[in-house]
Amino acid sequence: MTIQFNDETFRDDYSFHNSEWAIKRFPFPFHEDSYMYAMNAEQHRGGPEGSVYENRFDVDEHYVSEMQDRAKVLADDPLRCQSLPHMTLAGWDLLELIMVSKSEDYPDLFELHRDGDQWRWVNKPLGIDDTFTFLDESTLPYGPMEYITRQSQGDFALLDQRENNLWMDAGMITTQADWSLDFDIGMNFFEWHAPVPMANEMGIFKRALKFLLNIPQGSPGRRLNWTMTVNPLLDTSPENYHKWGIQKTTLTPDNIGAKQHLRVELQTFYRLPRSNALAFPIRCYLCSFQDLMTMPKWGRRLHRVVRDLPEELATYKGFIDNRPMMIDYLSKFDDGLPTSPGIFPEPETEPPLKT
Amino acid sequence: MSAPQKAKAGAEKIAVTVSAVVPVTEYVTRFEFTRTDGADFPPFSGGAHTVVSMEDGDRTRLNPYSLMSDPTDLSHYAISVRREDNGRGGSAFMHSQVAPGDAMTITCPVNLFGLDWRAKKHIFFAGGIGITPFLAMIGQLEQTNGNWELHYAARTAENAAYADMLLEKFPTKVHVYYSGQGVRIPLESLLTGQPLGTHAYVCGPAGLIELLRDTAKGLGWPDSNVHSEEFLAPAPGAPFEVRLCKSDKSVTVGEHESLLEAMEREGVDAPFLCRGGSCGQCETNVVSADGDFIHRDHWLDDDDRASGKKIMPCVSRFIGTTLELDR
Repeated sequence: MTIQFNDETFRDDYSFHNSEWAIKRFPFPFHEDSYMYAMNAEQHRGGPEGSVYENRFDVDEHYVSEMQDRAKVLADDPLRCQSLPHMTLAGWDLLELIMVSKSEDYPDLFELHRDGDQWRWVNKPLGIDDTFTFLDESTLPYGPMEYITRQSQGDFALLDQRENNLWMDAGMITTQADWSLDFDIGMNFFEWHAPVPMANEMGIFKRALKFLLNIPQGSPGRRLNWTMTVNPLLDTSPENYHKWGIQKTTLTPDNIGAKQHLRVELQTFYRLPRSNALAFPIRCYLCSFQDLMTMPKWGRRLHRVVRDLPEELATYKGFIDNRPMMIDYLSKFDDGLPTSPGIFPEPETEPPLKT
Repeated sequence: MSAPQKAKAGAEKIAVTVSAVVPVTEYVTRFEFTRTDGADFPPFSGGAHTVVSMEDGDRTRLNPYSLMSDPTDLSHYAISVRREDNGRGGSAFMHSQVAPGDAMTITCPVNLFGLDWRAKKHIFFAGGIGITPFLAMIGQLEQTNGNWELHYAARTAENAAYADMLLEKFPTKVHVYYSGQGVRIPLESLLTGQPLGTHAYVCGPAGLIELLRDTAKGLGWPDSNVHSEEFLAPAPGAPFEVRLCKSDKSVTVGEHESLLEAMEREGVDAPFLCRGGSCGQCETNVVSADGDFIHRDHWLDDDDRASGKKIMPCVSRFIGTTLELDR
């Protein structure tokens, strides 16, 4: 399908909005009526047609506006994009992976023409037509990772693999759920996860690291993660907490449906072939509570998940203070009927809300 | 997530055609592959291996070999196989049964022995057939003008696979030592006085790896700057019985097969990547055991071994009365 790109903002007047198409394909992260940490990873090899799983790098109606927002974040704070000197090859790997994937998956939007190491890249939505020499940084306006991630939705961490660990040695991080690349750069897997409650005691990180270290070339994986964001902000960074943290106090029973957003990360993992590094794209999707409630299954389930979530997790995810108001709002969309398993909304078969 | 797709064990497979079989020395033969679909191979990094499937009668042999072709040339992949006359038969199969034009299956590359890209200098130590991963590493470093040198030990000049080619192309970077002439790699003097930020890599017999590690440690090298790869072949041993609880099967592991191979023979899709005791992918929980484990892997730590709750079925065995695994 041809995508109609929205003209919208993720700041100031928050004109961000989801079309009906975008709501229906929103990656709702709860496959059952409760939530606890789990690695829950599966192979990333396509998925239902039209879903965010279908292509290797999902492109949707927010693409152009998200890239404009990223450019603004970088103009204000260049340290959101960093690559330690040994990660340049991994950056080329990522550039190749994204260019090849997008040109194959969206031939009407992206073209890649390769003649040996002479490459021509055409990005129609952003009006880019560049020719460069693969593996020669001097032929691109930015380093390879920065060049391609200024044209790709979602954050990107490039993890070096050595000493049986992963190291946060490069990244483009402008749409993050309250973590800082500038703080984490150079850290290993256990160090950058140190703030997460409970999971370490549960042995989750040891198992997750083992899984990630063994992601083989040609077998990418994926999982979903989630948090809550008041207003459709892409940039909820620690650097800008003074700007967005306060907005959590503006929630009222009248505006919560429009202002409160479920924030979902589609995390994917790719072994990069030349550098043997791991690419970790973290794609952020936002959906307001009122848009989620248009799917009866999601209304029932979100209420139960938010209501029953352990206090540590609600605190860590930053909505413990607003949880009572959220439960009040969501309870109106939970009639107690059972929900079908799995994340998809099933609007055709799920019964409408009993009133 | 709905309907999770469970990965099949092992890395992604690639159908290949044997394009050349080239004798290199009395014992070593190079096998070159092209993709059956005519496409280029995926890019790979120096130090990566591929697992080759060999259809040997009613038995499928799966052996890992380092990719030794030039990573900048993706029109073909190549491995070099040393014939092990007292081995388990995989190398003998490759040498005696595989001919140009044959269809085979290999896996996507997996790298457990990658270059450390932070290194200011890479110094390689190869023993015998351990030369193979370094050939690909050298190819990759040459592309980016990397700083490297190679020290290669072989028994005789006739046995030193690729030594002539390497000496001719890189006369100032390659040094070959023949043990048949009583010449050993002078590890101590080579490891002394290297510039800060040098990384050492060793591949070859266990004795060489151990000696290099000990020498480096004695000279104050940090462990993180010394990299080694030793593919363990599963060792033969007395047959033993194993109960696979999840699969609800009882299996006898034969003298010349590994526990992993016995599970695969019975149709159990057990995870694996390297099949050489290094990657950790096949780690299996022990439900109960009455007997002794013969741990041969490089993965489990001392606590894991002491617990009696873990086994790496690709290389490790068991002697005793009962063994029940969570597989």
